[in-house]
Amino acid sequence: MTNDSDTLLRISCLQTYFFMDQGTVKAVDGVDLILKRGRTLGIVGESGCGKSITARSILQIVDPPGRIVSGSILYRRAVSSNGTSQLGEEVDLAKMHPMGREIRQIRGKEISMIFQEPMTSFSSLYTIGNQIMENILLHQEVTKQQARERAIELLHQVGISRPKERIDEYPHQFSGGMRQRAMIAMAIACDPSLLIADEPTTALDVTTQAQILKLMRNMQERLGMALMLITHDLGVVAEMADDVAVMYLGRVVETADVDSIFHNPKHPYTQALLRSIPKVGRRARQRLDSIVGMVPDPFTRPSGCYFHPRCSAYMPNICNRITPTTVQVGEGHTVSCLLYNGATNHE
Amino acid sequence: MNNSPHPLSPKLLEVKHLKMHFPIRSGFLRRIKGYVRAVDDVSFAVREGETLSLVGESGCGKTTTGRCILRAYEPTSGDIYYQKADGTTVNLAALDRRELNPYRKEIRMIFQDPFSSLNPRMNVLDIVGEPLLVNAGLKGAKLEDRVAELLLKVGLRPEYMRRYPHAFSGGERQRIGIARALSLNPRLVVCDEAVSALDVSVRAQILNLLQDLQRDFNLTYLFIAHDLSVVEYISDRVAVMYVGKLVELAETEKLYLRPRHPYTEALLSAVPNPDPRLRNRRKEIVLEGDVADPSRPPSGCYFHPRCQYAQARCSQEEPELRDLGDEHFVACHFAEQLSLAGVPYE
Repeated sequence: MTNDSDTLLRISCLQTYFFMDQGTVKAVDGVDLILKRGRTLGIVGESGCGKSITARSILQIVDPPGRIVSGSILYRRAVSSNGTSQLGEEVDLAKMHPMGREIRQIRGKEISMIFQEPMTSFSSLYTIGNQIMENILLHQEVTKQQARERAIELLHQVGISRPKERIDEYPHQFSGGMRQRAMIAMAIACDPSLLIADEPTTALDVTTQAQILKLMRNMQERLGMALMLITHDLGVVAEMADDVAVMYLGRVVETADVDSIFHNPKHPYTQALLRSIPKVGRRARQRLDSIVGMVPDPFTRPSGCYFHPRCSAYMPNICNRITPTTVQVGEGHTVSCLLYNGATNHE
Repeated sequence: MNNSPHPLSPKLLEVKHLKMHFPIRSGFLRRIKGYVRAVDDVSFAVREGETLSLVGESGCGKTTTGRCILRAYEPTSGDIYYQKADGTTVNLAALDRRELNPYRKEIRMIFQDPFSSLNPRMNVLDIVGEPLLVNAGLKGAKLEDRVAELLLKVGLRPEYMRRYPHAFSGGERQRIGIARALSLNPRLVVCDEAVSALDVSVRAQILNLLQDLQRDFNLTYLFIAHDLSVVEYISDRVAVMYVGKLVELAETEKLYLRPRHPYTEALLSAVPNPDPRLRNRRKEIVLEGDVADPSRPPSGCYFHPRCQYAQARCSQEEPELRDLGDEHFVACHFAEQLSLAGVPYE
């Protein structure tokens, strides 16, 4: 199954730390992830688990005082020649300079990103069209007129009505859902091979969320790009993802295909997370299972397994001492928990 | 667990024809150019001991309704009848500021954002104790004892009462906000998106806490939220709002199992289900367009431009909220004819 030519992005032992006056925050603390061409990887976790910083590390847009300390982000570039796309060279994004030429050729072109806040991710001083055209002009050799036509076509593709008129409007004239559509138009302007969506629907209403998720699915089908979907909403993951990675305090605790995560979760954190979400279609007025305690302070991480103070399967003198390693428990299903360390039985 | 109040429990709060229109001013003389009809003729009742949820998308007027009940806004018109502990009723909308004071102790609010709703310069003792100092005149050791008692009830350690809000996580801050709301033994608590800003695991803790407190103190909740899966867990009855109007109100299970308004159906179908196996098995209704502008609402039924069942009558005649029998209220001309999909119960 792990055919190497399918692998678009391979993150190994990534560590991104924030060096603050109060201490060092290990926002991403040894993350391993594999993203396959054309597939959707959902990254879930609570706030502070490092999911956004992992994504920002890929594009080298981690704000200071944060920086990538070690690890590699191997990205396989696609080179299209004579209409057929073939595999290009493999580059390590983690080694690139955040301001360098190399990363700027990839950022926004081959890998693009959409952000959570549709209100703040556009500049309010330029028209929507201007901002989309900027991306096209930067990465493609086209005239201004061609870029404008392309921008209109993109706006049409993402379902904005009367794109010829709306291209000259400013972000404040767009509603939240429309701004997120325009954001998607900008992100797909250069046919990226990877789109990173960081909480793309969190700020939107449910009915708008349904529209945007449908649009992202359609765009992915049409362009064949891979999608990295970062969210805290397990419902969105269940609807969108092919593969899922669950993160806790800067580490990946479990990865598997979406069905295994929801129907055969192995890590106690994944299990607890699934029990604590309300689902529609249950009887009214029930109690939810909750996870005891809260996400620990970023400066003082627990010893051993980071989850042990909140874990229901806590093993005294083991979990608080040993850092779990990642073990394979099934086809494409890995878990980082001491319950499975040493045990090699599948399923 | 089912501790729903008896359907004949007295109405603690009855809102009748509540309207809240905000003027739009422009130009040099700030003349009024129109009105945003944030809440437009809304009527409902909350029974003692129940949880009534107000749901809807942003801009539907659910928060404004809550704020009118607390008289944080002066309603444009309408009545808000509140039943006092002695059984007599009073119209909160007609009282002036001083007359309102006794009821401000009995009707409290829990806010959405635990980061901006607590004063960063006050420690927990001041935050939770302030209402006690102002209203009950508690001081010194007595005040500390009462605050400690409240903190224990919401699951916080009383030793931390000298700390400031920044030392607490989001979930803990929300507990502080709840302790403050409970400090004067309220009867009605308006929870405005009380769990929306919290992480999944913490959200479950706070929802459970709210249910425990309701049972222990016989609280009545008006729960304002946009997340339909959360609402289902906590509510006895649910009221759905769209552009300042109530479109449906019914018991939770009835509304989720068999919605009678097309907007409720669309809202329910848009909630992502956390089970990948259900991905293609559900009827998915993706509403086109955006929520109508409350300053220029469409004619007739406000929902008709987005409604897939709309007919000619819907754009001309405004539907009234009517009882379909069994206390299931709906504002749709064709509620009887339509067969709408709800959520399949497990």
